[in-house]
Amino acid sequence: MAQVAAAEPELRRVIGDGETVADGEVDGLSEADLVALYRDLVLLRTYDERSVVYHRQGRIGTYAIFWNHEAMQAGAAFALGDDDWIFPSYRESAIGLLRGMPAETILSWWRGHPAGWWNPADYNVASISVPIATHVPHAAGLAWGKKLRGEDACAIAFFGDGATSEGAFHEGANFAAVMRAPLVLLCNNNGWAISTPLSAQTRAEALVDKAVGYGMPGTRVDGADVLAVYEATREAVERARGGEGPSFIEAVTYRTAPHATADDPRVYIDLERVEAEKKRECVGRYEGYLRRLGVLSDEAVEEIRGDAADVMRTGIGAAEAESPADIGLVFEHAYVDPPPSLAADLADLRRILGGSSG
Amino acid sequence: MAELTLVEAINDCFHTELERDENVMVLGQDVGRAGGVFRATAGLLDRFGADRCVDTPLAEAGILGSAVGLCMAGWRPVCEMQYDAFSYPALDQLITHVGRYHWRTGGRMTFPLTIRMPYGGGVRAPELHDDSPETYYVHTPGVKVAIPSTPADAKGLLAAAIRDPDPVVVFEPKLHYRTMRGDVPEGDYVVPLGQARIAREGSDLTLVAYGSMVPLSEQAADALAGEASVEVLDIRTLKPLDEEALLASAAKTGRVVIVQEAPRVAGFGAELAAILAEKAMLDLRGPVVRVTGFDVPYPYWQIEDAYMPSVERVVDAARRLLRF
Ligand SMILES: Cc1ncc(C[n+]2csc(CCOP(=O)(O)OP(=O)(O)O)c2C)c(N)n1
Ligand SMILES: [Mg+2]
Repeated sequence: MAQVAAAEPELRRVIGDGETVADGEVDGLSEADLVALYRDLVLLRTYDERSVVYHRQGRIGTYAIFWNHEAMQAGAAFALGDDDWIFPSYRESAIGLLRGMPAETILSWWRGHPAGWWNPADYNVASISVPIATHVPHAAGLAWGKKLRGEDACAIAFFGDGATSEGAFHEGANFAAVMRAPLVLLCNNNGWAISTPLSAQTRAEALVDKAVGYGMPGTRVDGADVLAVYEATREAVERARGGEGPSFIEAVTYRTAPHATADDPRVYIDLERVEAEKKRECVGRYEGYLRRLGVLSDEAVEEIRGDAADVMRTGIGAAEAESPADIGLVFEHAYVDPPPSLAADLADLRRILGGSSG
Repeated sequence: MAELTLVEAINDCFHTELERDENVMVLGQDVGRAGGVFRATAGLLDRFGADRCVDTPLAEAGILGSAVGLCMAGWRPVCEMQYDAFSYPALDQLITHVGRYHWRTGGRMTFPLTIRMPYGGGVRAPELHDDSPETYYVHTPGVKVAIPSTPADAKGLLAAAIRDPDPVVVFEPKLHYRTMRGDVPEGDYVVPLGQARIAREGSDLTLVAYGSMVPLSEQAADALAGEASVEVLDIRTLKPLDEEALLASAAKTGRVVIVQEAPRVAGFGAELAAILAEKAMLDLRGPVVRVTGFDVPYPYWQIEDAYMPSVERVVDAARRLLRF
């Protein structure tokens, strides 16, 4: 067995601060690529900001905000091919947008409407996973299964810092390593699991240190630096495709928003840190980088924001235009071949709701 | 007496029990600094310290498994599972150890731990925040289960669970956490496990329910007023079950409708129906009828009302039974 290098301790960064820290660059990205990546970031940011407004307006239900997490989602997705699979948690609920999924579908999910169902194979995006870390073994299995079939595709699983405490994370990571599954484990370390800080989650100095224990390479990147995330993911994908198995990426950011719309972080979070982090949030940082490079004009920014706003307008319009879900949907799709009792239950329910007595 | 919401009554119980017994400790996700996502454990960290109200890593099997060891070290741990469906990673510990360890020691060691969790639907939440998993728990030998339906019982049953020498699971109807208020005795207050409560007296038909199905059954009883005199039996403890109260009510009314939010197949209602078939057959004037959730995953919230037992469904079942 080859020895695995100790995980890199420093946060990798590409984007400078426009003052003392110089900008770096990532090879192989054209100007068009750089702008396309910006487009992805803006689309996610717009989705998120609009969703918080829709929630306040009562147009969607409880919503898990991902403000300042866009860079790790867009950066990682940009390093994937269309055949590669994405396994999102609730925090990456809108990542399907980057694979052509209509905003309507995702908004419907948050609206509690079955129009929020999709076929993962249509986008190579698995269902939104709500129970923490439980999708990590799924991603390991998909990646392993693709390898067994001789296909080139790999998988990426997104999960949080808190998720690394769950047994399912450990089992999935270890499976991927043992099977040499082409998997990227992307840990969104935003410092918090609801009110629980990372310091109460682990005594490891860095989550990336866990990679060593699984016998896989680990990288620690600035999660608000979209290019650093992109580059680290691209390397992990190359290793995966080259038959070298899984990699772990710890993308470090800070949760500046409440955990979800129902949460009030003021009782636990460090509000000064939140304000500081908001100033270095990921979309603005990348925009500054592109402007310093001279590849992003005011007009382009306007157009890209306008397009994203259109996606959301169309999406919420379509989601709200969905007819109310028929109660028959309660009974559908639990089985391919349902037991007959379900049809009888539905008939009975319709009779009762129709007002006739039995 | 103080008028409290259901979740305030739980919080009141914690303050009383942690004060009363220095071996009682609380552990779970976000129970300390945040006081629990529903604020059931608010104020405990400040009052009793970080060793007795512990924010744990995000790991349900770890919470419950370490509670087993904490019992061995002389503690009485109370584990919070943040939501019904997030308790599932702990089922391995529940089944392989929590329900068996006392037995495995030939009765020499006790495991007085408590598991509590908000359960049930109707709260317009995303997937897996709405389950009614009591059957998985009650089916596990060595484990007791209580489900309160009022603020006073929420306090009293939790206190009984904490003081009980066996592992007890308490399911709390989250739908009523903040919407239901009621008088709650102050200070020491225990509702013994194994005692049902007649929520409403009646003579023609019994609605048997627990948790959030109790207030629903009371509404159904109201809707049937003028047609039939309906008794509502809140069984409160699924294990140990107050069979005497169940059989007495069945004997009195001769007609029983069981109302259960969980999916029907092999749900706890099936157990109640079997007991009635075994022990009350000759007292019954018609079949035992169940009104339950369906054998499907809990639906997305826009159509959840169609899944939940409703007043209409309970009334329909009662009317059909009243023809006997
Ligand atoms: C198995 C399980 N336990 C508990 C929860 C409740 N819960 C939802 S989000 C969350 C915190 C997750 O933190 P982290 O993994 O860091 O991801 P983040 O939310 O920060 O993106 C918890 C405890 C859950 N969804 N699933
Ligand atoms: Mg986190």
